[in-house]
Amino acid sequence: MSILPDSYFIYAKRHAGPDHAHYPASPIINRAPIALPGGAKLGLWVVVPLEFLPLNPSGQPFKAPGAMQTPYPDLRHYTTRDYGNRVGAYRLLKLFGKLGLRATFAVQGAVAERYPGLVRDVLADGHNVCAHGWDTDSLHHSALSAEVENGYITRTLDAIQAAGGTRPVGWLSPARAEGFATPARLAANGIRWFADWAHDDLPTWFQTETGTLAALPLSNELDDWQILINYTRPEHEWATQTADAADWLLDEAGRFNSPRLLTLTLRPYVSGLPYRIRSLHESLSGVLNRAETTPATPDDLLKTLSA
Amino acid sequence: MHSDPNLYDFWPYRDRPKITWPGNKKVAFWVAPNIEFYELDPPNNPSRKPWGRPHPDIVPYSARDWGNRVGHWRLMEVMDAFDIRGSISLSVAMLDHHPEIITACVERDWEFFSHGIYNTRYSYNMTEAQERAVLEDSIKSVMDATGQRIRGYLAPALTHTERTLDLLAEYEFWYSCDLFQDDQPQPLKVKGDSRLISMPYSLEVNDVITYGIYQQSPRAYADALMRHFDQLLEEGAETGTVMCIPLHAYLVGHPHRIGPFREALRYITSHRDDVWVTTAKEIAEFYRTNHYDQSLADIARRGNARPGTGFNRGPQEGV
Repeated sequence: MSILPDSYFIYAKRHAGPDHAHYPASPIINRAPIALPGGAKLGLWVVVPLEFLPLNPSGQPFKAPGAMQTPYPDLRHYTTRDYGNRVGAYRLLKLFGKLGLRATFAVQGAVAERYPGLVRDVLADGHNVCAHGWDTDSLHHSALSAEVENGYITRTLDAIQAAGGTRPVGWLSPARAEGFATPARLAANGIRWFADWAHDDLPTWFQTETGTLAALPLSNELDDWQILINYTRPEHEWATQTADAADWLLDEAGRFNSPRLLTLTLRPYVSGLPYRIRSLHESLSGVLNRAETTPATPDDLLKTLSA
Repeated sequence: MHSDPNLYDFWPYRDRPKITWPGNKKVAFWVAPNIEFYELDPPNNPSRKPWGRPHPDIVPYSARDWGNRVGHWRLMEVMDAFDIRGSISLSVAMLDHHPEIITACVERDWEFFSHGIYNTRYSYNMTEAQERAVLEDSIKSVMDATGQRIRGYLAPALTHTERTLDLLAEYEFWYSCDLFQDDQPQPLKVKGDSRLISMPYSLEVNDVITYGIYQQSPRAYADALMRHFDQLLEEGAETGTVMCIPLHAYLVGHPHRIGPFREALRYITSHRDDVWVTTAKEIAEFYRTNHYDQSLADIARRGNARPGTGFNRGPQEGV
């Protein structure tokens, strides 16, 4: 007895390249060399999400990482996350100032609306801002109508523009969740680059029905959530892994005569804790003190893409 | 359903007849890169959801695509450095999706075996005809693309039916990587007399498990691999053992992981006087020719041979 229809054995997209039309196959070893500012061999791109995690989440279509966990009112998780926007973010800003590191802050519309001063402080310190959706309970998924999803996008861009004066052209979806139509709707709403997909170590073009986006690489494997929270590794092991990654990438950049990128997401409510910040300081300064290493901005990454 | 698969007989790991690998080696060592394709929008199988989030679940999807764009090449470079040929657990659709990877593997004389068509199409609920179609597709597609007759199988995403192993025997596969009951090969109890064996693979030193489930750091994983090897080498002096490292380039290929992993490979392959660095197919061929009958005889001598075949206890069934 089978309950699998014959269609289960039809492989409609069994052809060369990925099973979607966003980008072609491209082995990294066959790429043309790229360039980073100052001829650096390793670029460090740091992304700091500024999230609002509502006390009354819908949890639809799934409960996002970091969302409330205990029965309402889950004050413990709400305030733990809010700590990031009040304290952790400022601890990170101070650290980045010491290191001369320009980071990209991925700001949610609800954060810009609630804490416009935080957005202004980030910009005043010389950091970049990209959009990070409305909040971490307004997830993008395929069941959203065009009206609702476009609303999430434009409302977010409007709120960040109102707080900081500039309309973002970069995007990171909340929980890095997308529906099938999300990239095309981002492109249609003026977004030029996004960082949801982690399909590559280098920037790639990403075709949509309404225009081409730049897909900037942003690893999910070495960030604070993955190593410290999911894998429950201690800070010193995270630092060792970061150093090992930098060493490998620098070596590879030399062998392939093309720079490589180390990308890190640092959540203020994770990385910005008192017992973690010194380890993070040592880790980041260790990366940046390596020869031929530079912080990289989205503009630097976009310039690596050929027209 | 059965309480015991009856696919092999109990065979205590003491006083077994000696296996000596070619060249008088103590450990047969093989590396199994899983070269897989996971679909962005696969059809539903009622027994298992392909992705955790609604489709498209781009975080894990793009992570796996990363393996085929970036990670694979990094892992292949490291294996080349120590002259290790891979035995590839292949999502057969990779022949179509990424022929550039297949070509690079053929150039290196790596072995291919089937890991199903896609790692997002599960064997659960398949009819016999449907499961046969998957095996026939696997055999023909790999033959057409590479000239190799596949002899091994690891069910897609480790999803099986009661008839999977019988079908492998019927289609003249030599080994299955689906069972984890031993550190040595063993005859499998299947229909017919095709000499299908169980090939030691591993979940314990498989990068999916060590990083994701056991949450080991990359250096701890490398250390575990070396200790695993040291023990199997010591025991291999009594009777030859098998060590397999199952890998996924989308995991081990990351820059914070590949360096420590390379050091583990360097350590293991520095013992080549005692280690047969080989492929699963070569291990299976040697074992079937030289040790298969010896193993069956020893199991019988101990009084451990039980009747029937997998999921079929023969005349005693139901008594």
